[in-house]
Amino acid sequence: MYFESWADFWAMGKHGLYVWSCYGIAAVVMIYNIWVPLAQQKRFKQRYLRQLRREAQQQ
Amino acid sequence: MNWTWFHKLGSPKWFYEISSRWLPWLVILSLLLLVTGVVWGLAFAPAERFQGNSYRIIYIHVPAAFLAQATYVFMAIAGGVGLIWRMKMAEIAASCCAPIGASFTLLALLTGAIWGKPTWGAWWVWDARLTSMLILLFLYLGFMALQAAIDNKKTAARASAVLALVGLVNIPIIKYSVDWWFTLHQTASIKLTEKPAMPAEMYYPLFICLAGFYCFFAVVLILRLRAEILHREHKTGWVKALMSNKC
Amino acid sequence: MNPVRKNRLRIVLYIVFGSSLAAVLGLMALDENMNYFYSPVELAAGKAPVDKTIRGGGLVVVGSHQRDTQSLANTFSITDGQAIIKVHYTGILPDLFREGQGVIAVGKLNASGELIADQVLAKHDENYMPPEVEGALKQAGHPDYSSSSSPATVTN
Repeated sequence: MYFESWADFWAMGKHGLYVWSCYGIAAVVMIYNIWVPLAQQKRFKQRYLRQLRREAQQQ
Repeated sequence: MNWTWFHKLGSPKWFYEISSRWLPWLVILSLLLLVTGVVWGLAFAPAERFQGNSYRIIYIHVPAAFLAQATYVFMAIAGGVGLIWRMKMAEIAASCCAPIGASFTLLALLTGAIWGKPTWGAWWVWDARLTSMLILLFLYLGFMALQAAIDNKKTAARASAVLALVGLVNIPIIKYSVDWWFTLHQTASIKLTEKPAMPAEMYYPLFICLAGFYCFFAVVLILRLRAEILHREHKTGWVKALMSNKC
Repeated sequence: MNPVRKNRLRIVLYIVFGSSLAAVLGLMALDENMNYFYSPVELAAGKAPVDKTIRGGGLVVVGSHQRDTQSLANTFSITDGQAIIKVHYTGILPDLFREGQGVIAVGKLNASGELIADQVLAKHDENYMPPEVEGALKQAGHPDYSSSSSPATVTN
């Protein structure tokens, strides 16, 4: 490791806040990009299941 | 030339089936690359002589900015293919690219601002590179607004494809802005034709992060495409068969 | 109003809001560029208006940077090789601020021809280098790294 200690690593010199906030925002953007289509797919499947059940009741 | 692959790619059903086989491998690959690149860049790469550790933002900022532009080019090409061949998959692909590209443009702008404050002395300056990246964000948002504004999917795809193609002119402007105008943003450190203007222990993690971001893009694009395919094809036989199998 | 129309209205509002935002930002950009750029020789010749926001750019004179020990007040001089202008700035200087390097100071001229800056910008070049490598290059007598800072380049 380039840093002498974990404390040094988290401090990033005097730039800890800048570096870690960037990586934090990146994590948020990436999770958002994964979450949106997965949630959409789940919603679609649930709606489809409901529709199947309705059709079964009608018959 | 054999065009079967092109026609196969145009079939939502074929894509839905084949992509489920690609997806796990792409997820593993992008995770491996991203974790390696980020850990290497954050913990093992040396500090920079003037900027100290704040330059480590490069491992997010540069891949995000590259991906924002590559996604736009991909979106415009897909839009163009949709316009010319009336290919449904291309239209779907273009509409799925926009939110991904917009989010990475925003990421590049935000990380740039956070990096600029301690390094240049300003969160934001109206130089050509920064302004053209902001225009890229507005192009993405305009594309999405146009898609949402038109109810007919086919008309929406055509209108937004025209916008995407017109906006393509912004991509070379972004790339050469630092050479054409006097900008606070420095000129490119990594070029295709030259050795990078940084030592190997700094650019190896950068290239790994770049590859990781591209793989990540492939993963999230496929996820979006699959969700969109299910949504648009829900009346077709194969989606019904697929769903009844699962339920 | 039915939901479809409500939705359309919302979209139209988004478009109006988005385009007006773009226009405002564009105008702000133009306004920003109105702060005209002056070199030290132009400032010394009195070509710049007093008490209006301007940009002065040049190389920081080596040995001119003084930092107040009590506050964040800084004074330094910028030059283009012909004239020297004194700059006052209170705040944290950017990491890339170095004597011998180019900077842009945004602020107002006072009556005695000194620039009272409220923003100091420093530019980076495309080279990234670890401190150890710079030390090694200096020791080996590499001409580019013989001084304490990288070669001075005029950033205008």
